Amino acid sequence: MNPSVITDNLIYFLVGPWPQGPLGGAALTVILTVLSAALSGVLGLVFGVLLSVLRGPWLAVLRLGLGLFRAIPVLMLIFWIYFLAPIAFGLDVPGVGSVVAALSLIGGAYLAHTVHAGIEALPRGQWAAASALGLSRRQTLWLVVAPQVLPRMAPSVVNQWIALTKDTSLAYVIGVAELSFVATQVSNRVMVYPAEIYLFVAVLYFILCAGFELAAGRLARRYRSLPA
Amino acid sequence: MTAPADEPPADVPVVIDIQGVSKWYGAFQVLNDCALSVRRGEVLVICGPSGSGKSTLLKTVNGLEAFQQGAVTVDGVRLDDPKVDLTRLRSRVGMVFQHFELFPHLTVMQNLTLAQVKVLGRSQAEAQARGLIYLERVGLIDHRDKRPAQLSGGQQQRVAIARALCMDPVVMLFDEPTSSLDPEMVAEVLDVMAGLAADGMTMICVTHEMGFARRVADRVVFMDEGRILDDAPAKAFFAEGGVRSPRADAFLNRLLRY
Repeated sequence: MNPSVITDNLIYFLVGPWPQGPLGGAALTVILTVLSAALSGVLGLVFGVLLSVLRGPWLAVLRLGLGLFRAIPVLMLIFWIYFLAPIAFGLDVPGVGSVVAALSLIGGAYLAHTVHAGIEALPRGQWAAASALGLSRRQTLWLVVAPQVLPRMAPSVVNQWIALTKDTSLAYVIGVAELSFVATQVSNRVMVYPAEIYLFVAVLYFILCAGFELAAGRLARRYRSLPA
Repeated sequence: MTAPADEPPADVPVVIDIQGVSKWYGAFQVLNDCALSVRRGEVLVICGPSGSGKSTLLKTVNGLEAFQQGAVTVDGVRLDDPKVDLTRLRSRVGMVFQHFELFPHLTVMQNLTLAQVKVLGRSQAEAQARGLIYLERVGLIDHRDKRPAQLSGGQQQRVAIARALCMDPVVMLFDEPTSSLDPEMVAEVLDVMAGLAADGMTMICVTHEMGFARRVADRVVFMDEGRILDDAPAKAFFAEGGVRSPRADAFLNRLLRY
């Protein structure tokens, strides 16, 4: 074991060529993760609610759309957005944007079904009681259903976000210099220390995911005890 | 059905009017040409075997159950009028459920104030003052900051009654309010209901509590297979050899056998 390969390149692992060049490394992984987690959360919430309230053909369209995004490999969607969007729509999507868009769409499609399942699991009587009191559907959703359903969904959402953290490593295919990309760069440069480097990278991913889990758990507890 | 002497006088306004209501689930008819009217201050008990449509009929009154034929009028407003704001109308019809359906994430007081603030537009202070009045009335004022899960079933149901009363309803609907309670808690809920009845609240109760029906109800409605078979003053209905359809007779005998 040679720890100096880590200490010598520590800054590069953490922030990439920044501040001389663009931000990269673990910092970029965190940014990709947080952005995609937030966006996929919003998409999942909106589509999950729609899955519960839409009926008829619109529901079928939504189900089909979500099904497509769940069926496409992340890697392929990143490629599509990065290479096909400019050709098809004349939209030049930067690498980071492509990755965030792909992860958000796929993560959102997964989360939509989590949200939908959570809403469906709530006893119908809660909806009936809220309606009987004169609350509108929207009020019922936000004041009665969401506060009960969201904290219960926290474990599945955290699962989804942890999977997403690791999927950010796929950004390497379009040259986005996140953690695994810079790790590969360093490993290729020094040639003989892959064990040290990839072990260290694994530890970094573990810290990120564990941090995510702790933060999400704390958030869920706080939300649960929040007064209405 | 004869018009008995102790029926309320005709000048008391009708609060609930159900005319020729029928409902189908696919080919299965749950309600068959039901007609019923309830005057202000009347206490009506609907009984009948399970699956007879009594809960379904009750829920047509606040629009929780749609129906395909007939008309329901609540306090002069027809439910099927396209101009009717159904959510607004519902806020004026109090409903108590078999499984309480308190909101578990809110405290007792928050359960009482939520709809007052969000639907009726009352201020927090106003809503809490109203909440306290009704909590006092159901004897639970010391429990206002607890969560529903910290209360017994009977206490939860009393909170649910208080929650409905906070909305100043023109009528209270009870859907088997004691059916999921332990036997020793039934009385505390029925006591609250009897108190409401004594104060002149208009009530429709779906219940199997025949003692309550006999003592508190003005009228008893018996349903079977989606039809209203009996609609009689409670006294006449329960009297030895009283005015009852044969099926109601058999039902009562079964209920009172043990």
